[in-house]
Amino acid sequence: MARLIRMDQTGHTTLAEWTAQDDAAFELAGREFGEQQGLGYIGTVPDGPGKATHVRELPREADLVIMRRPIAGG
Amino acid sequence: METSEALPELASVPWRQPTDARWLRRWGRIWHAWTLLYSVPFVCAGVGMILLEPLAAPVAVAALAHAWIIPELYAFRGASVVRPKQPRAAAGEPVAQGLLGDLLGHEERELQRATGLVLEHGELGVWLLGEGGALLVAPTSRRVHCFCVSAVDRELPPSDRIAHLLLALRVDEEGFATVANHAFAGAPWRVARRLPRRMRPALEAARRAAG
Repeated sequence: MARLIRMDQTGHTTLAEWTAQDDAAFELAGREFGEQQGLGYIGTVPDGPGKATHVRELPREADLVIMRRPIAGG
Repeated sequence: METSEALPELASVPWRQPTDARWLRRWGRIWHAWTLLYSVPFVCAGVGMILLEPLAAPVAVAALAHAWIIPELYAFRGASVVRPKQPRAAAGEPVAQGLLGDLLGHEERELQRATGLVLEHGELGVWLLGEGGALLVAPTSRRVHCFCVSAVDRELPPSDRIAHLLLALRVDEEGFATVANHAFAGAPWRVARRLPRRMRPALEAARRAAG
C-alpha cells in the first residue's frame, strides 16, 4: 500500500494511503497532497539510494511520497 | 505525473550563481588566499619583532597567536554548521530516526547513529549532513566546504531536519549547494579539530570516501 506522509513535530504523520486500483483512496490522497502544498509543503518521492524526485502532483505508482518543509540558507 | 529536477527553493535565491564544481574550486582558492592574507602578516610581524628587538618577544608572541587563532575561529565557524542544535520535539525523535534510517543504506545508518551525521555521495564530493548544515569533502579530500542550511521549520525533531536536507540534496545537488550559505572552506584537519569528538569519525569516513 502506498503512503503519503508529512514530516512534522511528531516525527511524521501518515496523511493518506492508497493502492493503484483504489481510485477513491487515490483521489482522497491527491486532495490531501494539494492541501499540504497549499500549506507550503513540498512533495518528494525517494527513488532509492542517492536519488529523489520533486513532484507537483501525487504519483499513483509511488510507494512513498514525503511532504517536507522548504530549506533555506541559515 | 508532473516532476521537476530542480530544487523548488531555488526560486527564493534567483540572484545566486549555481554552486557547481568550478564555483567550489574558485571559492576554495579564495578562502586559501584569504587565510594566507590575514595570517602571514602576523607571522612576519612576530618574527620581525624578535629579530629586531628580542625584548619585544611578548608582543611578537601575541602577533603569532593572532596568526593561529584567526584561522581557528573561521574553522570553528565552519564546523559549527553541523553541531547539534538545542533539543526540540524530543518526543518525535524516535519516529523521525526510523524514517531517516529507512532513507539510508546500512553503513550510512550505522554511521549516522554513531556520529549524528549522514554521509551521502554526490557529484560534487562526499557530503555530511547535520541538523543545521552540511560539510562537503571535495574530491581528493584536500578541502572541506561548510554550508549553513536547514529546514525552515525550527521545531522539527533532529532526524527530520537531517531528512529534509537529505531529500533536497538527492533531488538537486547543485541546487542544494546554491540555496545553502557557504560559510567556510579549508583543510579537513582544521575543520576536524573544531568538530565535536563524536562527529570526527564521520569526517574521516567522508575523506576516505572522497579519495
